[in-house]
Amino acid sequence: MGLLDKQFTDDNIVVTKVEDLLNWARLSSLWQMGFGLACCAIEMMATSASHYDFDRFGVIPRPSPRQSDVIIVSGTVTLKMAIRVKRLYEQMPDPKYVISMGSCSNCGGPYWEHGYHVLKGVDRVIPVDVYVPGCPPRPEALLEGLLKLQEKIRNETLVKEAV
Amino acid sequence: MKTPEEIFDLLKNKFGEAIIELVSDKPAESFISVDPLQIDKICNSLRDEKEFAFNSLMNLSGVDDANGEKLKDENEHDIIKGGTLSVFYHLESTILKHKVTLKVSADRDNPEVASVEEIWRSADWHEREAFDMYGIKFLNHHNLIRILMPYDWEDSYPLRKDYQNPEFYQGMKVPY
Repeated sequence: MGLLDKQFTDDNIVVTKVEDLLNWARLSSLWQMGFGLACCAIEMMATSASHYDFDRFGVIPRPSPRQSDVIIVSGTVTLKMAIRVKRLYEQMPDPKYVISMGSCSNCGGPYWEHGYHVLKGVDRVIPVDVYVPGCPPRPEALLEGLLKLQEKIRNETLVKEAV
Repeated sequence: MKTPEEIFDLLKNKFGEAIIELVSDKPAESFISVDPLQIDKICNSLRDEKEFAFNSLMNLSGVDDANGEKLKDENEHDIIKGGTLSVFYHLESTILKHKVTLKVSADRDNPEVASVEEIWRSADWHEREAFDMYGIKFLNHHNLIRILMPYDWEDSYPLRKDYQNPEFYQGMKVPY
């Protein structure tokens, strides 16, 4: 943990970098948009429930995109739905992250050839941070995807990289 | 309780030319082929007359018979010219415990079938689906709009055998 492994130099004072503090805060309370599309959503709900307990990573489903930090695209994105997914993503405040869960939202899945109504990958409309493979992925796989996203956020920097 | 043969004979006496044939040489259940523009009158009689009492439309589905001329267009895609599109009606009487299947066939170039939506309300969405997937026009339907595909989907019908997916929909690439 970027923040907590720093030593206490005085009582109740933690010395750290602003960057580490922000990253730690962001990755520890990734509020998820309460949003599901297909069978993957059932696995996502199972991940939220007590047995897998998404809440221990600070993931809480929020009813509004305005309060969300991460959108988990859990299921088949139809062309009709893609427009709505994009709208929801645009309504989320920055910084925002996207987890693409399952084969359908990664690349079209079983609908890749004859799915006349399916978008072949949600990355055609919104930028994806983490792809979770599976059909549908088990809750453990989704948890791993979340840990990957946390790792990504932990390494973010406020400084623009020198070209 | 009546067999399809008895129902066919009774309808034939009543509607004459509009009842085309009884097909019973198929491995599936036999069906009565009728005139697409008179299906509403025939269905009205099937529902209201005591001897039929078909109070339930179990299913209504479109079919692409793909029996027209198979050609290639300028981009070497298969297209079908002429032939027919069909609609099947599965009726059941929960009163007399009998069933019957009706079939209508309409020209592929201008598929027009009379609507039975006012006879059985369950036909409303089924007819919209047949319109959405095959482009069959149901005359006198009160709200014949697409039901599954987006409303602004271009004039193409995905379950037709010669369907070509468009390259783009609202700026999103459609093929893999």
